[in-house]
Formats: sequence, C-alpha cells, structure tokens
Amino acid sequence: MGWAIALHGGAGDIPLSLPLESRQPREEALRRCLQIGVEALKAKKPSLDVVELVVRELENIPQFNAGKGSVLTNKGTVEMEASIMDGSTKNCGAVSGLKTVVNAVSLARLVMEKTPHVYLAFDGAEEFAKEQGIETADSSHFITAENVERLKQANEAHRVQLDYTQPLQNGSKEERPNANGDVQLGTVGCVSVDSYGNLAAATSTGGLVNKRVGRIGDSPIIGAGTYASELCAVSCTGKGEAILCATVARDVAAMMEFKGVPLEEAASYVIHECMPKGTAGLVAVSAAGEVAMPYNTTGMFRACATEDGYSEVAI
Amino acid sequence: MGGWAIAVHGGAGVDPNLPLQRQEQAKQLLTRCLNLGISALNSNLSAIDVVELVVRELETDPLFNSGRGSALTEKGTVEMEASIMDGPKRRCGAVSGLTTVKNPISLARLVMEKSPHSYLAFSGAEDFARQQGVEVVDNEYFITPENVGMLKLAKEANAILFDYRIPNGCETTCGANVESPLHMNGLPISVYAPETVGCVVVDREGRCAAATSTGGLMNKMTGRIGDSPLIGSGTYACDLCGVSCTGEGEAIIRATLAREVAAVMEYRGLGLQEAVDFCIKTRLDDGKAGLIAVSKNGEVAYGFNCNGMFRGCATENGFMEVGIWE
Repeated sequence: MGWAIALHGGAGDIPLSLPLESRQPREEALRRCLQIGVEALKAKKPSLDVVELVVRELENIPQFNAGKGSVLTNKGTVEMEASIMDGSTKNCGAVSGLKTVVNAVSLARLVMEKTPHVYLAFDGAEEFAKEQGIETADSSHFITAENVERLKQANEAHRVQLDYTQPLQNGSKEERPNANGDVQLGTVGCVSVDSYGNLAAATSTGGLVNKRVGRIGDSPIIGAGTYASELCAVSCTGKGEAILCATVARDVAAMMEFKGVPLEEAASYVIHECMPKGTAGLVAVSAAGEVAMPYNTTGMFRACATEDGYSEVAI
Repeated sequence: MGGWAIAVHGGAGVDPNLPLQRQEQAKQLLTRCLNLGISALNSNLSAIDVVELVVRELETDPLFNSGRGSALTEKGTVEMEASIMDGPKRRCGAVSGLTTVKNPISLARLVMEKSPHSYLAFSGAEDFARQQGVEVVDNEYFITPENVGMLKLAKEANAILFDYRIPNGCETTCGANVESPLHMNGLPISVYAPETVGCVVVDREGRCAAATSTGGLMNKMTGRIGDSPLIGSGTYACDLCGVSCTGEGEAIIRATLAREVAAVMEYRGLGLQEAVDFCIKTRLDDGKAGLIAVSKNGEVAYGFNCNGMFRGCATENGFMEVGIWE
C-alpha cells in the first residue's frame, strides 16, 4: 500500500533517434511534474488535487500537446479538452472546445463541482469559464511556432497528422512504421492513489493536428481516455478515435473488477491485445499502490513514482 | 443463431400521472417504429441500417425528446446529440450541439463512415453536415409549444431548488400545477422530459448495433453534453451485444452503463438479461436510468430502476411487446 503516481506526455511514434534538443526539455518537464506530484502526495493531499495540479503543470509546458502548446485545428485555432474523475465517488467532469481557458483540467473540475452537469463544451463551456472567473488568455498564449509548422506540413500532406513530437524534417517520413505516414499523437495525463487509498485520473489535450473544428477525441470522454474507480485510475493517450470505440480506460478497470486480474495484466492486455498496434498507451495506478505504463507505440513520454522509493522517467 | 431481435425506447422515468391519451400515443409510436424495424430485418437489412432507420423515425416524430420535440436549453433553443455504434468492428460515430440537422443519428453515422473522426460537435458538426448535404432546417422546426411550456415550468422549479437533486417524496415542488413528487435530475418528472430515444438490433447474421438520440436535459446550460453521444455510456455495441441507455445522464456516465452490460457479459460470462439486471441493480447508486439491449444470440432484454420506461421489443420467433410501466 502507500501512494503512487504516474503521468504521461503522450504516446506515439517517437523516433528512437529523437534529437537531444527535443528529448531534454521533455524529460526535464516530466521529472519536474513528477516531483510536484510526489511532494503533494507526501503532504497528504488527496488524489483529486494531485492529478489536477500535475496536469495543470503539464498544460503550461509548451512542448506537450495540451494547454499551451496544443496542436492546431484545420483552421489554425486551438480547441482544448480535458476530463477528470474521482475514483471514490465516481464524480467526473469534462470540457471540450475550449479556446481561451488556460487550464482545461481545472475547468473540468469546476464542471464536476459547480454544475449539475458532467460535460460542457464550446461556447457553453467558455461562458461557464467566464462566470467562474477562471484564468483565460487569448489564442497567442497557446499557439506555438512548432505547431504552426506542423499544421502547415499536415496541410501539405493532406492528412490529419498524429505526431506531436517534432515537425517532419524533409525526407524523414520513412521512419514511421504506419502505412499512411501518420504518426501518433500526444496528450497529457496523470493518475494517482493517495495515502488514504483514494484514486483519481485526469487527461488533457489539444487533440489532433489539423483536426476538423469540432472534433472531439477520447480525452474528455469518461471511460475512454479517463477513468477512476475504487480499484484503479487510468489515463490514456494515442489515436483518440480508436481509444473511444474501445473504451480503453474503463476496460482496464472492468477486467480488474470482473475478472479479478491485477493491474499490470489488465493494462497490458487492453493495450497489447485489444488495440491495433501503434494506437495507444496509458498510465494506471491501483488502490494497492502499483503502477503500470504499457504502450504499443514506439514510445511514450512517461514518469512514475511510488511511496517505497521507486521512480522512473522514460520515453 | 437465434434470428433477429430488436428493441426501441422512448425514455426512462415516466410521470405516473401521464394522461392516458399520451400513453396511447407513445405506445402507437413505439409499435410503429418496431414494425418499421421488423420489416427491415425481414428484408435482411443489416443491424446498423435498421437502428439508424428506426431512430430517424423517432427523431422525426415530435412525441419524444429527440429531433423534433427535443427538450430546450436554458436559452430556449434546441441542441441535439446522438451516437451510433456498429458491433462487429466496434466502429462508432457521435455528434453533439446540433441546431439545424433534421436527423442527428444520420449525421452521427456519416461521422463514423465519412470522416476520419468519431465525434464532431457544435459548429464543426454543423459544417460537416452541410458538406455532406444532409437535410437542415431552422432551429424553430425542432421546438414544440409543449416544450416551450415545459421550459417555463422547469425554470420555475429550479428557482426554488437549492440542490439539483431532490430526494423522492419531497413535496416542495414549484407552484406550477405539479402534483407528482417524483423528481429526476432536480426537476419534477412531468417537466423533466427524459425521453431520449434509442434502438438496438441484432440481425440474422448475429451482428449487433445500437443508436441513441436526444435533445438532452430540459433547461440545460448551453454546451451541456449528456450521456447519449458518449460511447460506452449511452450507447455501446460489440460482438456480444448492443445497448442503448436513457435516464439521468450523470448517473449513466459515472456507471459507463452501456459498456458495463457488455463488460459483465464478456468478463463474467453473464447472459444478457442477467447482465442487464446486474447493471441496473448495482451500478446506478442513487441514479435513475433504464436501458435496452440485444445479444448476438437473438435475445432481447431491458431494465430500469425508475417507475417506467417507454419501450418495445420483438424477436424473430414472433414475440412482441410494447410497454411503459413495470
């Protein structure tokens, strides 16, 4: 028993030869966010607070595809979405289509706590954000040069680009194993179990490069990208459409609950046996303080730590 | 294989004081939709085609809360949502925030089949609708005088409520002629309009499909999304079964109800009715909801933990039933 935390910055066809200037800031960021989460858990903060705190931090980092640094829609705009879930009460909140809210995960939490609803989107969500006085900024805050470049390339290639790690260098398309040249997309997320055994999960994203305006992925969908119960907490990343139809996060918990399978096995099974290769990854923790971080893509930016002193930051 | 089976619903949570005439109208509509589905199944249409066709009929008729006859947002407008899922390959499509699309379920199907995405919402979904050339109308088309009246009552009821959930039996209702003490989602049941519609089908080849469509919660905040367009919550279909849910959206989402039925069948080996009963009894906590389901073996089942659910079901061996109450 004891606390445990895991977080991710996206799964995808991260090139094995990812240049240092791309690796380092991301690894640093993961380390920093992990530290923030660990400190909070040591200070006996509840899981729900911890996951929100860590995801806020990840949203503020421009190298990850959430909040600042979100990838762009086909119209060059940002539309951010997020969800959060409290395992002990099964309360949940979700938001989609945000353009100005600096921390989508916090608005999702407000939807959960301050409205009779679970999910608010687009104009309605933005109005609610104003009423709540949550921090907003105009689009220049969220849009990065890197993402403008990615959109340009996606447009030139006429496809919805899934890679968030780096814009394609000329002629480097061959690296990807996927037949259509698309590469996997990142998202951010965090799961934790606190010293009292309470579990929580949160996920946040800008979505797919060059997505249609109005496209919703798996991240704000309870049961798909995010889920928490009394047994485990899960946050997913990868190809949203596939994760949605496979209700990945819920499946991990369902296997544990109905088949009595332990966390590692359930998580591994869902990712490796149920999902097409190259489409998904997840981080999960169990009530017993175990951690699992399976992925079927080339890599996944991730970090985890448990109370007994184990910790890991990896790609 | 067990032959085809079909179930339809027009919402769980029924006002016990519902006038008889209205009950009759509901039963007639359910019967008509069931027959439509049955003809289609007898003509060997696939499950996915049948669920779409039946839900279109339910959307077009103003009686239930979907398409025309949708519940109104707090601003008096209509925002519709729907989802559809094809069991064999677990393909899905969903839409939310539609204001002009005549048949949301058909747009959900187009999202599934003609876009690289699974879920489109609000202005993006409306743009896609125009690109696809689906039939669009003014928002006023969907608004019925009855629902305008309901919205007014709902606002009055909410003005008195401090908590959006009132325990059953509480008599402090609004002053607007509401006698029933039953509440769902904080509103007296007669104004709540939980009449989401849905259809589940297994065809002769054993393929399952599910579809759900709704205008959502009466007096909802604009931008509010409920369970109906959420795959795993309001709708789910896989190799084993097809499920469509209705009732209190929040409870259905927390329980990921539709997926739950399939999960207990898959991981615990429960039969269809057993799975439905298990989920309704144990997964909803205080929430009120109902669902319809079919299995690949040609079985049909339904369950609800509130006082009624508009439903109809039929199987190829001649069984047919339409009902409202327990």
